[in-house]
Amino acid sequence: MQSDLIAEVEETLKRIQSQKGVQGIIIINAEGIPIKSTLDNSSTVQYAGLLHQLVMKTRSTVRDLDPQNDLTFLRVRSKKNEIMIAPDKDYFLIVIQNPSD
Amino acid sequence: MRKYYISFCKDEDDGTEMGDGTDEWMQRKTLIKPPDQLDLTEAELKEEFTRILTANNPHAPENIVRYSFKELLYQRTGSIDQLATHFMLEGNLLHQDSDEARRQKARQGYPEGMVVLLLLLLFVFPQQAEVEEVMEEGGSEDRSDSVQHKGGKPEQKQTNQFNFIERGSKTLNNPLRQMGCQTEPPPRANFSATANQWVIYDAYVEELQKQENNKEKQRASMKKEEGKSKKKTMLSDDITKFRKVTKIVERMVIQNTFDDIAQDFKYFEDASDEFRQQEGTLLPLWKFQYDKVKGLAVTSLCWNQRYKDLFGVGLGSYDFTKQGHGMLLFYSLKNSTFPEYFYTTSSGIMCLDIHPNLSHLVAVGFYNGCVAVYNLKEKSIQPLYTSTAMSGMLTQPVWQVKWQKDDMDNNHNFFSVSSDGRVVSWTLVKNEMVFTDIVKLAVGDSVTGGLEGLQLPNPACGTSFDFHKEVDYLFLVGTEEGKIYKCSKAYSSQFLDTYDGHHMAVDAVRWNHFHPKVFISCSADWTIKIWDHTVRTPMFTFDLNSAVGDVAWSPYSSTVFAAVTTDGKVHVFDLNINKYEAICHQPVVAKKTKLTHIEFHPVYPIIIVGDDRGCVTSLKLSPNLRKKPKEKKRQELPEGPEVEIAKMEKLLNLLQDPDNSSLG
Repeated sequence: MQSDLIAEVEETLKRIQSQKGVQGIIIINAEGIPIKSTLDNSSTVQYAGLLHQLVMKTRSTVRDLDPQNDLTFLRVRSKKNEIMIAPDKDYFLIVIQNPSD
Repeated sequence: MRKYYISFCKDEDDGTEMGDGTDEWMQRKTLIKPPDQLDLTEAELKEEFTRILTANNPHAPENIVRYSFKELLYQRTGSIDQLATHFMLEGNLLHQDSDEARRQKARQGYPEGMVVLLLLLLFVFPQQAEVEEVMEEGGSEDRSDSVQHKGGKPEQKQTNQFNFIERGSKTLNNPLRQMGCQTEPPPRANFSATANQWVIYDAYVEELQKQENNKEKQRASMKKEEGKSKKKTMLSDDITKFRKVTKIVERMVIQNTFDDIAQDFKYFEDASDEFRQQEGTLLPLWKFQYDKVKGLAVTSLCWNQRYKDLFGVGLGSYDFTKQGHGMLLFYSLKNSTFPEYFYTTSSGIMCLDIHPNLSHLVAVGFYNGCVAVYNLKEKSIQPLYTSTAMSGMLTQPVWQVKWQKDDMDNNHNFFSVSSDGRVVSWTLVKNEMVFTDIVKLAVGDSVTGGLEGLQLPNPACGTSFDFHKEVDYLFLVGTEEGKIYKCSKAYSSQFLDTYDGHHMAVDAVRWNHFHPKVFISCSADWTIKIWDHTVRTPMFTFDLNSAVGDVAWSPYSSTVFAAVTTDGKVHVFDLNINKYEAICHQPVVAKKTKLTHIEFHPVYPIIIVGDDRGCVTSLKLSPNLRKKPKEKKRQELPEGPEVEIAKMEKLLNLLQDPDNSSLG
């Protein structure tokens, strides 16, 4: 059961990676430490460190406005690419995609 | 070198007086040696040293020079004092006959004899006197006691003027010592945090939950088994959540990838429709394809009524020489690349229906005659219910299944129609499906069934059916022979009506969404027919030049319907605009691909069509295909089913008059 779910998650991640324009997937834990990444080491660390701060700040903002509310998704659209962050309780999933590719 | 003895001469009387102290005294009799004393052998000890004593003082200087004023020069003094005083003690003895003694006697009032006695005492007990020297006050007391004793009269105590030595002794003072100890300091840590509003809120919520949990524990201490199962779900909670997150991200990525399609779906309206007057177009949107379904054909489509973006696809094969496995897929419009759910089945799926209210229940009919119910909520790959040989398995392909309203006991139930001519009602009871035969179709059976009633009824093959939207018991069954029967749940052996509309198998039969009397049928004989169920001849007949796979009424207009044909075309009709031909016919798939099924989205202006390669295409209807007639009038905009019914009624009336006259 558990392994099925893990396999399913792995499968989904694989599908995401195979999507057009996806540059990388990073999974970080609640402390901002990268657990899994498809990027090279230095950029992974950089993304993880910076985005972790951003997400924590964003979540804090959302929750400060209404404590019953919570952050579910964060998209950062930039000139070059789009960073999508899905914060879970224990893990953050970060996907970097270039939509114009 | 001299040895010092400290010896104690002990009187017998003293010993008794001392009592227990004797031992202590004895012990102290040991020799005390100075630590630096030389150890001498016997011979050395006996060795004699001769010393000569002279009268000369060895320390006296011999050369003292003094200045003589007489001679006016320094002269050596000849006489040197040779006297050395080693010890001097001034005595205070008085001779008793001296004047001083006498004065003293007179002053103290002693009798003369007393002094003599005192003196005698000193000579008679010299030993005792010695002791007295060593001993302290105790000794002297003794002596005075004895004096008392001997004297026989109380006398003032007087110190011995000769041998009295005052000695003070000091006990050894224990040296002062300071002791201090230090405990290890308790561990310290710095803590700092910012308390936001939400942090406080979370803390409260957590506390509240803890309290509730405690309450529950007290309550459910007996129900431990339930708790165990809960724990299991808790464990997998973590990963399930993460699965949700990955799903969201996948959809987002796909939304980015297919951004143009999503924009088209929402906003694109074909501008050229304005110049085309009546005709419309179909804009292809997403294409749903799954690698594992190669070689399978789409045999059924069904939208989920609750989740508007979700639809189910049944996959099997229409080639009856090549039957294999089947698949059940559920796609979301949000993710066209991968199905949300998928189930592999051993037999090809021929039909499926999603429960209109309980959207997780899916009824499925198989080629081998089984029916099954899947529960999307459960993770298992197996269906929730399956019909078995024991529980009334149908022996022929099940062509259509349809959920019905819950029965009187609130059990879910659905109907199925299969090639062996049976229409069966299936009821879900706890953990099994109970079946009831509703109608058995028989060839040649008709309203006037009495004539041929004696013959063995040859089973007719039902291929499709549809229940009346308003009248619960009324339903239509299309057969392989081309006949359509109007049946009622109440009569199992008779048909209310028979319509001989088609020459070949009826692929689909459907009631109109608005008008209660109208239904449509399509067949492999290239035709679509529209009927009024009170009239046994078709109202409209359309020839599409190819076998019609499926036909569907639109949910937004009573006069719009769409059909798919095996030459890969979608035909959209609006009777209100054109009674004779389609306002749109458009090939939507590659050549040689046959379209098998079509379904309108209940809300959005899109349709999905399935083909025989297992692919589902979604298409957007251009504005002309969903035009509302009132727009022309530019008056009030009446809406609702009444208007749609009136629209259809008007059409029927227009037709019926010439039809009736021609029949008559």
